[in-house]
Amino acid sequence: MSTPVMDEPILELDDLVTSYRLTRGIGRSGGEVRAVAGVSLTVRAGETVGLVGESGCGKSTVARTIVGLVRPSSGRVLFEGRDLSTLPAQEMRLLRQDIQLIFQDPYASLNPRMTVAALLKEPWRIHRGLVPRERWDEEVRSLLDRVGLRAEHADRYPHQFSGGQRQRIAIARALAVRPRLIVCDESVSALDVSVRAQILNLLKDLQRDLGVAYLFISHDLGVVRHICDRVAVMYLGKIVEVGSKDSVYRHPSHPYTQALLSAAPSLDDWRDDERREIVLGGDVPSPLSPPSGCRFRTRCWQAQDRCREEEPALIERDTDHPVACHFPAPS
Amino acid sequence: MTGVLLQVDDLAVEFDTPKGPLRAVRGVSFQVGEGETLAIVGESGSGKSVTAHTLMGLVPLRARIVSGRVTIEGRDVTGLSDKEWRELRGERIAMIFQDPLSALNPSLTVGYQIAEMFRRHRRLGRKESRRLAVGLMEQVGIPDAERRLDDHPHRFSGGMRQRVMIAIALALDPRLLIADEPTTALDVTVQAQILRLLRQRQRADRLGMIIISHDLGVVARAADRVAVMYAGRIVETGTVAEVYERPAHPYTLGLMRAVPTPRDGGAPLEAIDGQPPDLLAPPDGCAFHPRCPFARDKCREVDPEQHELGPRRASACHFAEEVMTGVHTGHG
Amino acid sequence: MTAVRTTPGRSGGPAPVLRRLAALPLRAHLAIGTVLVFAVAGLLGPLIKPYDSARTSPPDRLLPPGARLSDGAVAWLGTDQVGQDILAEVLAGMRTSLTVALVTVLVGGSVGLFLGLVAGYFGGWADGIISRVGDIQLAFPSLLLAILLAGVLGPSMVNVIIALAVTRWVIFARVVRGSAIAVRDREFVDSARVMGASHGRILLHYILPSCLPPLLVAATVQVGLTMVAEASLSFLGLGVPSSQASWGSTIAEGRDYLASAWWIAAVPGAALALVVVSIGILGDLLRDTSDPMTEL
Repeated sequence: MSTPVMDEPILELDDLVTSYRLTRGIGRSGGEVRAVAGVSLTVRAGETVGLVGESGCGKSTVARTIVGLVRPSSGRVLFEGRDLSTLPAQEMRLLRQDIQLIFQDPYASLNPRMTVAALLKEPWRIHRGLVPRERWDEEVRSLLDRVGLRAEHADRYPHQFSGGQRQRIAIARALAVRPRLIVCDESVSALDVSVRAQILNLLKDLQRDLGVAYLFISHDLGVVRHICDRVAVMYLGKIVEVGSKDSVYRHPSHPYTQALLSAAPSLDDWRDDERREIVLGGDVPSPLSPPSGCRFRTRCWQAQDRCREEEPALIERDTDHPVACHFPAPS
Repeated sequence: MTGVLLQVDDLAVEFDTPKGPLRAVRGVSFQVGEGETLAIVGESGSGKSVTAHTLMGLVPLRARIVSGRVTIEGRDVTGLSDKEWRELRGERIAMIFQDPLSALNPSLTVGYQIAEMFRRHRRLGRKESRRLAVGLMEQVGIPDAERRLDDHPHRFSGGMRQRVMIAIALALDPRLLIADEPTTALDVTVQAQILRLLRQRQRADRLGMIIISHDLGVVARAADRVAVMYAGRIVETGTVAEVYERPAHPYTLGLMRAVPTPRDGGAPLEAIDGQPPDLLAPPDGCAFHPRCPFARDKCREVDPEQHELGPRRASACHFAEEVMTGVHTGHG
Repeated sequence: MTAVRTTPGRSGGPAPVLRRLAALPLRAHLAIGTVLVFAVAGLLGPLIKPYDSARTSPPDRLLPPGARLSDGAVAWLGTDQVGQDILAEVLAGMRTSLTVALVTVLVGGSVGLFLGLVAGYFGGWADGIISRVGDIQLAFPSLLLAILLAGVLGPSMVNVIIALAVTRWVIFARVVRGSAIAVRDREFVDSARVMGASHGRILLHYILPSCLPPLLVAATVQVGLTMVAEASLSFLGLGVPSSQASWGSTIAEGRDYLASAWWIAAVPGAALALVVVSIGILGDLLRDTSDPMTEL
């Protein structure tokens, strides 16, 4: 794998919109849910970008759109400057090598009928010429070694492994096609704490050695802070704040980011029993009928009339990073 | 500590499997006092959930209590009949679960399910039960309670469903509340709401509470005392401050270091090597020794007893003092 | 609770298979035995005891079971109205019945498998067309449709198979479509898509293996039901030509002699009932014992 040039954008999302059509009963359309309602985001070669949000905010749909499992309704997904939606099918399949996805549940994402060796070799059957057949066994051993598994694991089936080991297999399978970008969709959320740490370390090592970029999607702010260089916060289909890890975590400007950070439990919470935590009221509104203006205003303690009428754009406002709020906390 | 609500002595639970007995809980002892929140923390397979269910008289299928005694408010409940358990549950001891949707009956309205507690246990009339149900829903922070009474569970969000579960659990003023991963299925902001609610109710009613969790952050926020479980044993107990500031068991120490913190600056985490043991054939000596950086010959041979380190503070490690001081000097 | 399994969970070799067979309930052993006996009889019987539809033997007409024939042989199951040995007729009928049922299930099953896979995996308009055609056909009694087709096509074994296969494919297509839909959106299939796998590869390596166990169960049950359908057509004179033996036509012939020579209709009737019930038990057994791993 060639050493990537840092700072060169490899993935650009340009006003991406992805909708799901709802059906209610036979033939009747129940309207459209805009799960992703206009997201722009850049991932540069070799960096890790975190996409944080709660369930239903559309972060998983972003992942599925990038890897081509769902089609965007509008907007563009650019990989190394090429628009994925306009590529011919043949080129698109080649490009699939460059972007890989690691799922949340390693119990569901590996074909239970295939041995580890078969799982790792399958990508080479699909993309012929990637690895010559006589080097397959050797390459399987080296992949297993790279993700911390032993060579004799190759002949076992997924159900013979623990959750952490299965996630290692999934990572090895993703690496088999030598991707430039790996989308991790809650990839460590189902793992126990001690095993999660092993996988996070592994992901970091791989990035250092192979220069792969990550789009790391998670609800866990602590994990994102640990692994990411830059962070984007999503709420109800939109990015509300984006910036370097330090600027977002040290100076959260959007009220939602502030609330998320305050709500996230940490090891130090016992020190300060009556913490001045911001506890948001209510629940996330339905994406079927999002609020007018700012989507967060129904739960925001600072909301004013302007928030109802005008949707805030994601721009820098006396802050060192872009934020989509009319009244952001200054950095 | 004022009155002891729950006393567990040397509880052991085994599952019958085709490959022989699986020792899920291997001799667990602890107490919960009035107005006290104990967190039982551990990873999957540690036996924390089996312990909690056993306390409620809900011994899982194909499991049996091998030994031990459970006393609730001074009454030995180990050999209670189903009928006696039904009277105890709800009245003296209640439980909330990780997934409120599967714990609620989908075909009955929420109001009916709350009011049912009063009708069945208190023999109150329909009107009176409904009135009490509305009051309870308001207490647990369900807005517009009067109107939402007749909605079915699927009309509620995850957080609101968990509030309904809490209302049902607290309906009959139990003394002890067991919460099994109560916020694991919830979003961060909703989790904060529910943890705050539990704390408020627990303080107001001087409830004894047990929170089962895998999340050290949730435990830090919600509990007074903590018991860390590993491979069916409690390996360390103490107040949250004692345990979090100076862990006295290598496993606790490992867990703490495996959690990313703002201070780690993205440096590699100190993960615990290896995998939890196979409970069908636990290792000789200390169950943690194959993964333990402190392990020596003694650990491979002798299963450690609980070492008292202070009042209600103990560690099941041969080298507990060393672990504690090791943390202090930053060595380990 | 998840315990880590480190030993291989697969038990191979013939010994475990035998042990699993031995652990089956008695009715399973009876069913397997019956089906085996009938299959062997159908295969080898006509070679040992040949049946010739053109042959008649007036002195041996309507003899009861166990009677001695004019040529000295014993007719263990009696003779019919033209002096044919019922045993030979039943054995030859078994062969017809088995051939028609197996080929029908093979043809109908293949068509159903293909259309079910297409409908279940691709969905959309392909699913719409296939499912609606299937629904329309199911709204029509299947035997009536078979009678109509067999009547139009005329009596021959191939035509019987065509008529029956046309009535059966829907059942297979539905089973396969259901399994395909269940597995289509599983994460490990998504994972293959992300890898760039073609539709053909996903269908062959991911969808098909999950559809086979339920298809096998359905096929087993359908073998029995197809035997009944074949007998029904032959009973009505719309089945195989009269030069070939069939349980249905034998029963039809025996209808006129129910009072005097009951064995003509009763023997093939009993044979049909026995084999169909046995196959039904086998089908249930397959359903119950399908390895949970193979359902993934």
